[in-house]
Order: sequence, then structure tokens, then C-alpha cells
Amino acid sequence: MSLLKPGHRGCAGCCDALAGKFMLDALGEDVIVVSPTGCLEVFTTPYPESAWGVPWVHSLFENAAAVASGVEAALKALGKKNNTKVVAIGGDGATLDIGLQAISGAFERGHDITYICVDNEAYMNTGIQRSGATPLYASTTTSPAGKVSIGNPQHKKNMPAIMAAHGSPYVATASIAYAPDMMKKVKKASQVKGPTYVHVHAPCCTGWKFEGSKTIEVGRLAVETAMWPMYEMENGEITGVRKIKNRKPVEEYLKVQGRFKHLFTMEGRTEDIKKIQAIADWNAKHFGLE
Amino acid sequence: MRKNMVVVEGSYAVAHAVKVCRPNVISAYPITPQTHIVEDLAQFAADGDINCEYMNVESEFSAISALIGASTAGARTYSSTTSQGLALMHEALFNASGMRLPIVMTVVNRALSAPINIWNDQQDSISQRDTGWIQLYAEDVQESADMTPQIYKLAEDEDVLLPAMACMDGFILSHVYEPVILLEQSLTDEFLPAYNPEFVLDTKNPMSFGAFADPSTYTEFRYKQEKAMGVALKKIEEIANEFRDIYGRYYGGLIDGYVLDDAQIVIVAMGSIIGTIKDTIDELRKEGESVGLLKVRSFRPFPTDAIRKALKNARVVITLDKNISIGKNEGALCTEVKACLHNTDNRVPVIGFMLGHGGRDIPIHMIKKIINKAKLVEKGIFVESEFADLREDLA
Amino acid sequence: MKLVIKTVVKPGSTRANKTGAWRSFMPVFDHKLCSKCGICAIYCPEGIVNKLENGYFEPDYEYCKGCGICANECPKKAIVMVLEGK
Repeated sequence: MSLLKPGHRGCAGCCDALAGKFMLDALGEDVIVVSPTGCLEVFTTPYPESAWGVPWVHSLFENAAAVASGVEAALKALGKKNNTKVVAIGGDGATLDIGLQAISGAFERGHDITYICVDNEAYMNTGIQRSGATPLYASTTTSPAGKVSIGNPQHKKNMPAIMAAHGSPYVATASIAYAPDMMKKVKKASQVKGPTYVHVHAPCCTGWKFEGSKTIEVGRLAVETAMWPMYEMENGEITGVRKIKNRKPVEEYLKVQGRFKHLFTMEGRTEDIKKIQAIADWNAKHFGLE
Repeated sequence: MRKNMVVVEGSYAVAHAVKVCRPNVISAYPITPQTHIVEDLAQFAADGDINCEYMNVESEFSAISALIGASTAGARTYSSTTSQGLALMHEALFNASGMRLPIVMTVVNRALSAPINIWNDQQDSISQRDTGWIQLYAEDVQESADMTPQIYKLAEDEDVLLPAMACMDGFILSHVYEPVILLEQSLTDEFLPAYNPEFVLDTKNPMSFGAFADPSTYTEFRYKQEKAMGVALKKIEEIANEFRDIYGRYYGGLIDGYVLDDAQIVIVAMGSIIGTIKDTIDELRKEGESVGLLKVRSFRPFPTDAIRKALKNARVVITLDKNISIGKNEGALCTEVKACLHNTDNRVPVIGFMLGHGGRDIPIHMIKKIINKAKLVEKGIFVESEFADLREDLA
Repeated sequence: MKLVIKTVVKPGSTRANKTGAWRSFMPVFDHKLCSKCGICAIYCPEGIVNKLENGYFEPDYEYCKGCGICANECPKKAIVMVLEGK
């Protein structure tokens, strides 16, 4: 049975629960997990209950990497480090936005920790507000589509590149829709000495507005359209890429999600979809996905 | 000067005291006037004189956050900060206390910006009053050093388990060179037991820490913190006495008095200003004035009963505050001393003076002026609370 | 329930919360169509699709929230979602 136990309060079809489960399936029992504030933290630990079958700690929203680095330092100081891996798992808001500085500091210091970002592309725990990971033109509650708005005006921040720039020995992107691949990458990240990073794409049925049964299907479409490129970087160099056969047009990914509905219902949005297609095209070319 | 005394900087005395407490994890981010403490600790680490993980973090927020992680994993932890750094930690201070982590921090008291100012007052730690941290205030360098093992013992007590600030006035104590006795390792090992918490992050016993509490459980977390502060009230006295038995030095427990018992006018204060007040009192006593001192050593937990007893014979109470609650026109000691007397029969007037902000000097003649002003209450002229040291050319 | 100091919580204790009550649709597993690939178990967000001794899979209905991922992902269409109470 999974080390992430049932009875948690995640939505039916929750992407975070899957990410947490895959992470623990990959890492086993010799791990200490640190969570920043977010859906995964809240729905797994309503006092006096916990879904975690491994030691787990939550402190605040923006400090998971600092907490993880302190846990690692303590294990070393107490002679208890051995093979125990300290892993932080946080959402995109906790990672790309409010927690970025603490992550930067922890990676610069070179702690033997793995940081996993579960990226569902908005602040879901507070009600689907945009984050630095929200993609172009996605409608969120703070970047809504409207008469003079086509949704989120910014591009998604390239967090894996920022982490690679820190000199991390292992940076990878993964998706909950490709469980064996994600587990392989998480395991590898935990085995590489030093601060390693795995950025996991995680479609949120509640926030992206699709049926909970489609969580994996939507995740697959992100990869098949090259909206979510999957690759590994070792010491700053791309060393592995998941190739795509018969790349699909981005419309197939966008049209199944309510957050992009306005691109198909509002007049004259064809040009905007082309801009999104250009992102996928750049991904395909830059990472050599085809 | 006693035989085993050495002349060192206040920061060194404290860093040395930290060293003999054998912390496992130290996190540090530099800020004036705390820097010398973390520099001295870094040198101890560089020389192999201290067996710990020394973490150079990228902000005070991560300094306290790293210690939250380290303490949850079972480490004895230490950091030091001041002013803006302490303010930046604010959110995490609540967290450390709510998670019942006995993190120890030396706060080298300094004014807050704006205007930016690096000198001493106590606005920084006073502003963190309600975060659930124990706060003790030291009078001199020796007490600042001696407070370190005492506060570890207090914070780590299994019935307390609260984080604690040992507060020392910036520059006045941190940068002064004084003859002190550096804490002996052997005595400290005898005084301060190893930290062995019941629950830690442990793969063999995988507990969860920092859960989410809804309205049905949240209140009891706060209640337990308050109860723990109540336990700390008793333990502070006990620990001060134990310290005296082992090291031979004593500074009071929750409070201390100086020619207090028969004093008609009592000055209440905390921190390095105590020394100046004692000198002032010595002069005034020679002139026949009945003035005494109540030193508040523990601000959190607040020693309500001890202060009530200590002030029972006073005819005028003067509070001196190096802080202000802007909009109340009072410092924290003034407000709290008044509050602790309110539901008693003691209707002694409490007169508050705010002074020493941003490092402004507090000479003896100013304290005499304050006392003279306070004495007017006996002639029916009542001063509620005011700044004692305003420059008329600027005000 | 006495509040434990340090806000410590026991591992796996959410199991006290039977989330099966959330369900509107229940997945029904048809072993005749099943190829025993186990994808249903892998992608269950609750981690409650269990392998039986005979190699087939069944969800634990005490916890199944009825999200339908298992039915959507089953390559053999061996799982169908049925309205509760029908």
C-alpha cells in the first residue's frame, strides 16, 4: 500500500495526491518530507490526522527549502544522515513565487536535498489565483478573461532553467501522467548527491476546469502537444529528452480545459492560440522533442 | 578584577557562551550590531572549536526557518539577529512557538526603520511580544553570556518547549569590552543537559509535524502555549537559582530589586539602562531620596505576581521604555505594569517615560529629571506618559 | 483527544476518514475484460485500488471518491462508472 494513506481531503481526481503518492512510491520509507503551505499540505494533515506514512513537517508557505536544509543540517550534526533523503514537495506558488529565495539559498549552500515542484499552474488552495507558473492566456480568478482581457498576460516562468543555473547536479521535468517516468526521475534525483530538482506538471481538475476523471488524459495532452517538455539536465546540460511522436496541435490540449474556454468562444482569438502554438513549437525545437 | 576574568567584547562573551552550550545547528545572517556574535561563532567553527553545522543563510527568514527544520529533527539550535532581521522573521516566530520548538536566539536590540538607524533601543523585540517566545533582558555583558545556558535549559524543559530570546542592548552590551568570566565548559555540561525531545523527525517513528488545525482544535494549541509560559514563570526562578549554585552568579529570576523594599519611588526598567539607574539611585540615596529599582528580567512570561508584590509599598512608580506603541503614547513596560496593578487595591500612580530611542544616550541627569517630574504627582500634577529626551530644536 | 505537545500527529491517521461517502459514481471492475495491467492502481489518487490474490484489481469502496480516473485510463475499458444507489 502507498505510504500516502487514504482518507485525505484531496478533490476526487486530485493531481497533488498523485504526485505525493508517486514520490513516496519512488523513495520508500527512508525519507523525510517537508511541505510548504498548499493543497497537499492542508488536505493531508487535518489535525489530529495525517495521511503521511513517512516523517513529515510543514512550517510556512515560503520556507520549505530552508526548513529542508535545516533538517538536513540537523541530521548531519546528529550523525543521523546516513542514506536518509530530505525531500521538499511544494506547489508552483510556493516554488516559483513566494519560496524562490529560500530555494535559491538552499541550492547555493549545496544541501543534500531534493525539491519537487508540483506545478498545477495557479494558487489552487486559495481558489485558483494566477502564479508565476500560470501559462499565457489561462483564465484564473485574478487573471480572468473579460471584455478587455484574454486571461493571464504573462508567460510561464522557466523554473527548471533557474535551478540549473544554480549548478544543481540534477534537474528534471516530469508529469503525473507519466508515472513510471516521474518515479524514475524522483528516485534519480534522490540518489544524486547535492541539491536536486524535479518539476512535475500536474493538471488540476478543479482549477483548470475539467472532469476529475480526465486528470491523466489532460496531462498526457500537455506532453503530446509539447506544451510540457520532459527532459533531464545534469550539471546544466540536457542529457535526456522524452520524444514526441506525431505532435498534436495545442488546440487539443486547450479545448478540454475551462480555463482556456474563452479562446474558443470569444471572437478573433485565433491569433492568440497561434501565440500559444508558438510556445509549443519553441519547446519542440529547443529541447529537440521530435 | 577577579583572577579568572578576561576583558572581551560582549559579543565574544555571548558567542563563547553559545559554544559551551554545544548547539548542533547554527544559522546566521549578518546584521549590525549582531555581526560580531555570528563572526565569532564562524571562527569557532572554522577552527574546529565547535562541533556543529554552521549555516550561512540568505536571509533572516531562512535563518529562523532552517532552525525550525533543524529543531524538528531534534537538534539544539541557535541564531542571533536584531531589528529588521527580527522583523523579517516575524511570521516564522509564531510558527516556531506554535510548533513548540525550543530555538534559542540572542536578540541584539536595535531600533527599527524608518528612519534607518543601527543603534540601540528595544522596539525590535518588544514588537515580537505576542509571538509566543520567551523574552529575557540582560543588564550587562556577564548576564548576557550567563543567560545563554539558562535560556536553553528553560526553553528545552519538557513542560515548557517554547522558543526563547535572550535580549541584550545593541552596541552598549554587544560592542563593549568588559571584564567577564567566560563560561566554563565543564560547569555548563553539568548545568545544561543534552536536548532529547520525545518526538523528532524520525524514519523509524514517522510522525507528522505542523498539521492544519480547524476551529475545533486551534484554540487548545494557544491554550497550551499559555500554560507552558506559566510553567516557564516558575522555572525561570528555579533555573536562576541552579545557575547560582553551579556558577556562583545571580541576576534575579523574573525580576530583581535594588534598594527596592523601602523605596517610595520605584523605577521599573529592563536591559542595560539598569546600570545607569543604579548609579543614579546611589547618588539620590546619599541625598536622602527614597528611590529604588525594579529590574524586569523576564518580559515574556510577564511576572505579574512578582511585580505586584514588589510594588506594594511604592508611592510612585516610574516606567522607562526604549520603545513605543505608536498611537498609545506609551512604552510596553508602562502599559503592562499598569495593567498588572489594575485589578488590585494598589492604586499607585504609574508614570511612563519613553527614552533612548535609536541609541540616544541616557545620562544620569536625565533619570534624575524624570524622577523629579514624576514626583510632581504627589503635588497633584499628573504626567500620564511622555518622551523624556526630546530635542526641543527638532520637536 | 488530548492535544499532544509539539502538534505531533500519528502517521497514516487520515484512514479514520472514510471518503467513500463522497462518491456519486462508483467504479465497477469487470474482471472478464481486465488484462491485469495495474494502470487503475497506479493512477488512483487515493492509492486504494488493490491487487487481489488472483491478480485482478478492486478498489476499496470505503475510501474511493469516485473520481473515475481508473475507468478513464483503463486500456481495456474494463471499469465502468455507475451512479451510486442505482
